[in-house]
Amino acid sequence: MSMFQATELNERNKRKEKLFRLLFGGMTILLIVPVVVIVATLIARGGPALSWDFFFTAPSNGMTEGGVFPALVGTLWIVAVALIASVPLGVAAALYLSEYAPDNWLTRLINLAIINLAGVPSIVHALFGVGAFVLFFRFGTSILAASLTLAIMTLPVVIVSTRESLQAVPRAFREACWSMGATRWQAIWNVVLPNSISGILTGVILEVSRTVGETAPIMFTGAAFFLPFLPESVFDQTMALSLHLFVISTQVPGVPEHLPYGVALTLMGIVVVLNSASIAFRAYLRGKKKW
Amino acid sequence: MAELADYAIQSRDLNLWYGDFQALFDVNLAIRRGIITAMIGPSGCGKSTFLRSVNRITERLGYVRTTGSIDVLGQDITAEVVELTQVRKHVGMVFQRPNPLPLSIRKNILFAYDLHHAERPSAAQRDEIVEKALRQVLLWDQVKDDLDGKATTLSLEAQQKLCIARLLPVKPTVLLMDEPCSALDPEATAAVEELIWDLRGEYTILIVTHNMAQARRASDECIFMLMGKVLEHSETAEMFVNPAKKETADYIEGRYG
Ligand SMILES: Nc1ncnc2c1ncn2[C@@H]1O[C@H](COP(=O)(O)OP(=O)(O)O)[C@@H](O)[C@H]1O
Ligand SMILES: [Mg+2]
Repeated sequence: MSMFQATELNERNKRKEKLFRLLFGGMTILLIVPVVVIVATLIARGGPALSWDFFFTAPSNGMTEGGVFPALVGTLWIVAVALIASVPLGVAAALYLSEYAPDNWLTRLINLAIINLAGVPSIVHALFGVGAFVLFFRFGTSILAASLTLAIMTLPVVIVSTRESLQAVPRAFREACWSMGATRWQAIWNVVLPNSISGILTGVILEVSRTVGETAPIMFTGAAFFLPFLPESVFDQTMALSLHLFVISTQVPGVPEHLPYGVALTLMGIVVVLNSASIAFRAYLRGKKKW
Repeated sequence: MAELADYAIQSRDLNLWYGDFQALFDVNLAIRRGIITAMIGPSGCGKSTFLRSVNRITERLGYVRTTGSIDVLGQDITAEVVELTQVRKHVGMVFQRPNPLPLSIRKNILFAYDLHHAERPSAAQRDEIVEKALRQVLLWDQVKDDLDGKATTLSLEAQQKLCIARLLPVKPTVLLMDEPCSALDPEATAAVEELIWDLRGEYTILIVTHNMAQARRASDECIFMLMGKVLEHSETAEMFVNPAKKETADYIEGRYG
């Protein structure tokens, strides 16, 4: 028998190896199936609904006809304003936690709280939004109130993703700055931010765009059931795709089947476009960096 | 006894704790101005800790406590009124791993200068500052055509020279170097050593090294530390030929590791 021949033990290990590979592969496929089914159904049933008219006309005839224009515009408004609100807030908080805060029990407690906040159900945020923005700050039901509610809801993930980008900048750079007499802010401004800002922004855009489909946080704070005009300022109410989908699928009789599928497909399209854009941007920037 | 300001660094009864762990014990050192002093001793004996205390970068860690004082050019840098950024301007630090900033070569050189000068000099003056610093570290000819190139893509040797060069425009008194050659190959080490020797006189240099040959070759005085205490401080030639303590002899001959 040659010394390089497989032994009984080798054979047994090889069989096990094959088994586990099949098992894990199978699980993965199982996982992909629902996603594929959903996307395929949406495209098959909603695809025929899509057209210029669908995107650029308002719903009509008790929302059983027409398109999604005001809801599409409203969703973009809400997400854009939410972004504008959460970027400075989230980045400032992450900067404080990552660059200034001493490493003590209080900081660790705050970090823990932030992570846990990400798990708060969106309906709780919605009610908070009603209390804080609609009533207390008197913004009324408006884009502003809805966007701020969304912003608060996404802040935890924004802070976490920003902190990750900040912490990807090697510590040695900060020490080099400090050892030359730079203040924390000078180190942040000259070295930390320039090397992380693109990662921060793409991360934030990614996180906030994921809220495109949120319904609960906006339905009490700014999104309207039916409002066939475009909003003119952040103090107006507006329609939004997510709520519109909910309404025409469950609240309005006589809606033809292709309509909700078309809305769902549009909603998914926006998320996919925003996500892939920011992922591609991030990959591009990572590739460019060299230290 | 020499005049006070003959000493660039003078520590008095310096004790330092990391939490409950005491890293320095009653360190009394008087380091003469304008020469190169080498600091040797086994790993973990507190060499870096002492160096970092002179730049006051240790206290960034919340759990560090010190007693005693350190004078730089006769002035107490541990006093309440002392401005940290001024200490760091006068006491420059070179690290074990070259750590140029991820900026252009030019911006690396001007970084400390800009931190410490409220007014921006003219473009011509800035070019002059950059050229002078790079010439002082013998890097000018190598990088003069690529001043806007990224500093982090230079060779390690050039990076370490750049890290020395970026300290010079603010005219520091003391240069602290923590094993500046340990990341370099022998040839680069020789080049950087030569450069350090060139800077002698203009600056007071305190250099930590693991390399006995380097300490012997490239220093005027030598300090031997063991377990957080200074055991011996004498002229380098004297220490290597005729060490006063048995521990020193053992270490120099490689019996400590
Ligand atoms: N940041 C720190 N926190 C806690 N202990 C430290 C820290 N830095 C160094 N020490 C400890 O202090 C002692 C001296 O360390 P150091 O000054 O780095 O030694 P050296 O540079 O001579 O090798 C070592 O025992 C080390 O473990
Ligand atoms: Mg050390």
